[in-house]
Amino acid sequence: MKSALASLFAGLLFGFGLIVSGMANPEKVLGFLDITGLWDPSLAFVMGGAVLVGLFAFAIARKRTLSFLGFSMKVPAHTHIDKRLIIGGLMFGAGWGIAGFCPGPGLVGLGAGEIKAVVFVASMIAGMGIFEMAERMRSGPSF
Amino acid sequence: MIDIAWSSFTPWSALIGGVLVGLAAASFLLLNGRIAGISGILGGLLSPSSGDISWRIAFLAGIIGAPVIWMLVAELPPIEIEAGYPALIIAGLLVGIGTRYGSGCTSGHGVCGLSRLSPRSFVATVSFMFAGFVTVYIIRHVLGV
Repeated sequence: MKSALASLFAGLLFGFGLIVSGMANPEKVLGFLDITGLWDPSLAFVMGGAVLVGLFAFAIARKRTLSFLGFSMKVPAHTHIDKRLIIGGLMFGAGWGIAGFCPGPGLVGLGAGEIKAVVFVASMIAGMGIFEMAERMRSGPSF
Repeated sequence: MIDIAWSSFTPWSALIGGVLVGLAAASFLLLNGRIAGISGILGGLLSPSSGDISWRIAFLAGIIGAPVIWMLVAELPPIEIEAGYPALIIAGLLVGIGTRYGSGCTSGHGVCGLSRLSPRSFVATVSFMFAGFVTVYIIRHVLGV
């Protein structure tokens, strides 16, 4: 219950941040990705502002084994850089460049009632489902 | 030569919004002990395990609820979606498969990964930024769409 409330709070704050920053507007995102056209560098400041705060948070987290609500710290320990990471990143970036939506702004658009965002999010969840099925087939049939 | 779109340049609102996103990731980390990676939180619901569902749904409900609450108080800034439906479907599939295959998106690898100085997330971020730049270049300046 405590973790659900904290999650709801963090999600709301995240959503407000995406709206305030302009990141929730796909045209703004595409303007940022269009470096060879008329470039709008604004969204570099979103990442800058977020990482500035994040650096402090992770510095605090590194010194703790439990969160402030008493949950164990689940910070990823993977360090390997492999084909999956890069190919996955390239695929995601291509999709991001086509519509100007990454997962968070897609959800904000859905909440705002934009039909196109609903279509994007539904397709994204379908893509995640395809990945999930492919992974299960790779690891062998479970029956 | 880089041409800056000064008329649409909004560094302050971008910075303030970024700080809010950072505070969201920070509170998620310090309260729940987890990385606020949206694709991972959403994708994890497709192979759910018990005790692992409510916090995911609560976080996603927060993001989806943010514009709803905003609209109760003020007018929502414009959300301009130029892409047509076939493009949105292709984009969604690529984002869905790519973020799961590469274990993260702009929030998990970008915001959180860079904040914890993870070389792995740095490589992922460079990969998706690069692909984003190239894709927009091709669509706008090669295909001229």
